[in-house]
Amino acid sequence: MRSALFLLSVSVVVVLAFWAYRENHNTRQAMAERNALTREIAALEEAISVQRAEWAYLNRPARLNELVLLNFDRLLLLPMEAAHFGTIDQVAYPLPEPAPVDLDLMGEGIEVFGAYESDADEHREQEP
Amino acid sequence: MIRTPLRPLARILEARSRGENPDHIERENLRLRHETTRDKARRRAESRLLVTLLALVCGFAIIGARMALLAATEPAPVTRGAVEVISSERAEIVDRRGRVLATNLTTHALYAETRHMIDPVRAARELGRIFPDLDAARLERQFTDPDRRFVWVRTRLSPEQRQQVHDIGEPGLMFGPRKLRLYPNGTLAAHVLGGASFGEQGVRAAEIIGVAGIEHHYDDRLRDPALLDRPLQLSLDLTLQAVITEVLSSGMRMLNARGATAVLMDPRNGEVLALVSLPDFDPNDRPPPPTEGEPADSPLFNRAVQGYYELGSVMKSFTVAQALEEGMLTPDTMVDTRSPMQVGRFRISDFRNYGPELSATDVIVRSSNVGTARLAQRIGPDGQRAFLDRMGFLEGVPVELVETRRARPLLPANWTELSAMTISYGHGLSTSPLQLAAAYATLVNGGWRITPTLTRQRTLPQRERVISERTSAQMRYMLFQTVQRGTASFARIPGYGVGGKTGSADKPRATGGYYDEKVLATFAAAFPMDNPRFVLVVTLDEPEDTTGSEPRRTAGWTAVPVAGEIVRRIGPLLGVQPRPTAEIEQSLRDALTAAH
Repeated sequence: MRSALFLLSVSVVVVLAFWAYRENHNTRQAMAERNALTREIAALEEAISVQRAEWAYLNRPARLNELVLLNFDRLLLLPMEAAHFGTIDQVAYPLPEPAPVDLDLMGEGIEVFGAYESDADEHREQEP
Repeated sequence: MIRTPLRPLARILEARSRGENPDHIERENLRLRHETTRDKARRRAESRLLVTLLALVCGFAIIGARMALLAATEPAPVTRGAVEVISSERAEIVDRRGRVLATNLTTHALYAETRHMIDPVRAARELGRIFPDLDAARLERQFTDPDRRFVWVRTRLSPEQRQQVHDIGEPGLMFGPRKLRLYPNGTLAAHVLGGASFGEQGVRAAEIIGVAGIEHHYDDRLRDPALLDRPLQLSLDLTLQAVITEVLSSGMRMLNARGATAVLMDPRNGEVLALVSLPDFDPNDRPPPPTEGEPADSPLFNRAVQGYYELGSVMKSFTVAQALEEGMLTPDTMVDTRSPMQVGRFRISDFRNYGPELSATDVIVRSSNVGTARLAQRIGPDGQRAFLDRMGFLEGVPVELVETRRARPLLPANWTELSAMTISYGHGLSTSPLQLAAAYATLVNGGWRITPTLTRQRTLPQRERVISERTSAQMRYMLFQTVQRGTASFARIPGYGVGGKTGSADKPRATGGYYDEKVLATFAAAFPMDNPRFVLVVTLDEPEDTTGSEPRRTAGWTAVPVAGEIVRRIGPLLGVQPRPTAEIEQSLRDALTAAH
């Protein structure tokens, strides 16, 4: 009984020691990974900030203005003015919807009334 | 301790009498003694074992609990980079729509560690070739000086220069990373941003500190490590700033003005949407402060907040507003305008004679000095002083620029009746354009006093009412009439219902008195006038319109057309719906009757 207990506790300690060692190892690994990622993030952020700076620099109003002038013949861009805006009244109303077409009615024959009452049947229009 | 004898005499004698061996008694006693000793020792050993066991279990439990705790806690957010002794980080500055106004860029500084140098003479020569502004001979002396181990060569290198230095192949030349404050828009909003420079320098990093403008005012906020990720958002709008700068600078060129400034403000919360002061400078390469000449002529001088000038007739609005507020008159009350008006040995006259009397509205529309002086006479110096104090004219503007700290208006030493009369039409009291914009905002926004601010406001600030809604409605009507049929008719931009007041002030001589031909022309405007959403103040320093037969310098010919062009250009950008003038005028009249 005693030796069994002893063996059990020793094996528990061994298992726990192994677990602790593994955790330690994993933690170190994760930290190394984290440091690498941190460095990468820092480098990427650096790159993003350079890109942002460059974007802002390329989009500075003075340069855009020059580009507008240079490309005037193609783009014809002019400063906006009040006259470029219209009121809603200036937009024409759409024409009233035409009455819905009854296709069945259209397809029906039209009786022709006139002098030739007798042969009305022959004057019935044919369905298209 | 009492020891039990091993051979107790009584028992020995007894044993002997019985004929037993008395040695047995001794041995028996010895055995008993040994047993007691052994038991004691075992108990002690057992208790020690127990203590050891307890200690081990405790240690085990503590380690186990710590591991469990570590395993259970949330992973802490990654802190970026190593902690530096000198922090070179600085938050960005963006405009109201998030466009970058100031950011950081990594560059390199160049330094030399002389003990690692192989050929210092050649290195110095090569550096002199790459950087023509460096003194190669001096560098050579520094490199070969046995007492020196470290030499700063340059604080900033471009990537090309870095490569060239690298190509020298000198191991003693080293690069230290440097953050560089970059203002991608160049001179735009230079006076607001100010500029930055290096503070404490180390090999690995250098501190960036704001030296002027908002960079200096918010230096602690921008360097706060907790707020580095969050840019500082200004109320400025980059597009408006660019358009106003463009129009103002061409206006300044056409009118041969020495300088110009414009402020665009939201009268509801005091947000400054654009603040331009010309001439300007490039904050990326901030010029040194002037050591000679007039400081106001330096490009570093921010005319909008540091320039306290006598602004002339634009101040008449406040005299009339006070008279209206105190119930002395209505817009239709006739005011005596017989010119000239004699006060002691001082004579006040109008630009031209407007006849014996004008209505209060026409005093503003025609800009009559005599009319306003008469009103000021009725108001009295004390009342005027109290009113101007409420409007914020007697102290500096608390805007977030470091330059405003020392700038204060010039007040008359002795506020007499005569000074009240001159102040009523804008002479004798100096005002900065930003302050004027804030006061006009109060005049047209329904009478709420506002504090100009350069940072984005997401909520309406706590406001204090200075004049009544009725007075504000009357002033809006009068200012609108000034543009419709008065001195500011060049600002009649169809669709936007501009209203405003001109001011042409003779510039004071340094030696006393005023120049005849040097004028400061100002136009303070708001639009659309029936519900003003923007206040614009334009000031030109010594403008001269030479297109006519004789030079014209009054604001109506200089500041007003420039302001009109600004409104024409920015109106569509502001999202203001253009409306017919008649509609705006009707809405103004409705507000007048509603306020009665």
